[in-house]
Amino acid sequence: MSPLRTSVAAGAARAAGGLSRLSGRGGTSLPGKVLLQIDPHAIGRLSARLPQGSVVISATNGKTTTAAMVAAILERTGERLVHNRAGANMAGGIAATLLEGEGDRGLFEVDEFWLDGLVAALHPRATLLANLFRDQLDRYGELETIAERWVGVAGSPDAGRLVLNADDPVVADLGRDHPDAIFFGVEDDGVALVSMQHASDAKHCRRCGAPYVYDAHYMGHLGRYHCDSCGARRPDPLVRARDVRLHGVTAASFTLEIGRERAPVRLPLPGLYNVYNALGAAALTHALGIGLADIAAGLEHVRAAFGRAESTRVDGRDVSIMLVKNPAGANEVLRTLALEPGEHDLLAILNDAIADGRDVSWIWDADFEVLAGHLRRVTCSGSRAAEMALRLKYAGIPQERIHVEVDLPAAIDGAVGDGRGRLFALPTYTAMLALREELVARGAVESSFG
Amino acid sequence: MADRTLRVCALYPDLMNIYADRGNLLLLERRCGWRGIGFQVTAAALGDVIDPDAHDLFYLGGGQDRDQVLCAQDLVDVKREALHAAVDRGAAVLAVCGGYQLLGHSYELGEQSIPGVGLVDLRTVRAEGPRLIGNIAIEVDLPGLDGPRVLAGFENHGGRTTLGTDERPLGRVLRGHGNDGHSGLEGVQRGHVIGTYMHGPLLPKNVWFADWLVQAALALDVPLAPLDDELERAAHASARHAAGL
Repeated sequence: MSPLRTSVAAGAARAAGGLSRLSGRGGTSLPGKVLLQIDPHAIGRLSARLPQGSVVISATNGKTTTAAMVAAILERTGERLVHNRAGANMAGGIAATLLEGEGDRGLFEVDEFWLDGLVAALHPRATLLANLFRDQLDRYGELETIAERWVGVAGSPDAGRLVLNADDPVVADLGRDHPDAIFFGVEDDGVALVSMQHASDAKHCRRCGAPYVYDAHYMGHLGRYHCDSCGARRPDPLVRARDVRLHGVTAASFTLEIGRERAPVRLPLPGLYNVYNALGAAALTHALGIGLADIAAGLEHVRAAFGRAESTRVDGRDVSIMLVKNPAGANEVLRTLALEPGEHDLLAILNDAIADGRDVSWIWDADFEVLAGHLRRVTCSGSRAAEMALRLKYAGIPQERIHVEVDLPAAIDGAVGDGRGRLFALPTYTAMLALREELVARGAVESSFG
Repeated sequence: MADRTLRVCALYPDLMNIYADRGNLLLLERRCGWRGIGFQVTAAALGDVIDPDAHDLFYLGGGQDRDQVLCAQDLVDVKREALHAAVDRGAAVLAVCGGYQLLGHSYELGEQSIPGVGLVDLRTVRAEGPRLIGNIAIEVDLPGLDGPRVLAGFENHGGRTTLGTDERPLGRVLRGHGNDGHSGLEGVQRGHVIGTYMHGPLLPKNVWFADWLVQAALALDVPLAPLDDELERAAHASARHAAGL
């Protein structure tokens, strides 16, 4: 396609985006979709103009937050980023981001199912692959299917430098034939779990099929593992977290080590899962040549991504929003919540739109049991509110503390009005969007609520 | 009834658990507890020999292809005789999704043929077409109930299952795909052996069926004591509604 035609295509796509916004539909990925209709190679063409190239992040859990951390680090060094910050992470969203943004470097979170095609188009300098958990099986298929696609990505020269989670056996094994891959992992048995969580996948050696032996379980199937049968073992990570301390729902601190260097980090985000996100961001930016001081400082100034551990005030009450969308992610949120002392009020919102996964079976895989004894009042809302309520009843929450209110505004009224202390909202993806919108309309104050 | 105990054998719970199958076991455990019925669950892993007289209910969930192949071979090699003996004695079997596909003669996956455990007369073939995915509701007529009832759930399967001519389906499809997407039949029911594509936490969406299963497994003549099932009924209604009923 000639430069003229590219620019005509881009103009048409931008116009579509403007019309879409005027019609109130957000327009995050529509202009990108229009652009790709006219010019299927637009992503490759537009990204080739970025002087520092691109980096790509994929994972089942933590993509948006990890990308926000990478942005916080890179922006300290003065880089201007073209970044799909709002999380539109399929081809249309990335094309739209490239269309609208100008900058030095592309920073893209990519949906795990679209990774192969987008890596081929973007030719990233580095690709961070952080974890694979069971997720929305109606949409993505089984974990093995994604894992096999990722084997193809790791084996292609398009992926650039591989940055891999040593603690996830499926992900770590992608680096088998890549001596220059950078690994990251947790090295602190103080945060290890007594046993593997129920919703764990990938329990068998990627090379010989024998069961892995775990010396430490950190979350889901993430941990320190080896295979007694063929001798495969967790790679030694270059980028490590030691001395991990989890401070309830507000923060986590750890010592970040890269090779022989170390720096203390106080992360303003909670939970071991965010320590993993921080390690991924540190390893990726290290691969780009950023020094430890900038990495540590960037991590300390990161802000909660959209709907991920965001806090606000509504009608005089503090409200924390923690997105839950699959068992592994939910387990980490629940574990973090259970660290917070006292009894809490909970607003659990379970939707079953396509973006949430139409199959809500997964709630029975998440360990809501850890909340038993910690909840004062529970409000269940969303299109599958009653099934959420039932899950909590069988998790050991007394039935009289559970209130079902399908209608979200009424559920918020009940949850905010009839309770005290901080309210924890656990929405699925589309529920998070609806909840934010509703809270903003009610004058939620935190500036990230825009 | 306080001296009764429901003895459940969970087959391959660490491998065949892909759609939150443990929700079914949790539901049974809680409801037995609330009724003063003892509950005990034994896990049978690859290689474990099972005692045909030691269990009232066998549960087999869904799994990833690679795990399903491992379990199929183990079922045939290690557990087949005991399972048949247990079923002949009146034990109940609930097999869902990938587990259901292993109840019959075989599951053809392209070049590969996975053996079945032969408890019922059915065959399954992985078809070329799309996976059959979505909310589903079926109408079932089970022995001992006063009329047809509805089961609601979610299905997600690539296999198409055909029942032998004398085999009875679990139910008639009201919404969704069922065994093969066109016959209007779903699952299989022979005595206390139940197979269904309604996967994962099927029992929490249909507690009436959980109670039927417990009564069948324990061969009780009288119905179970009623419980406060307000939330359970709401969850059932929610699942039915999702299926478009």
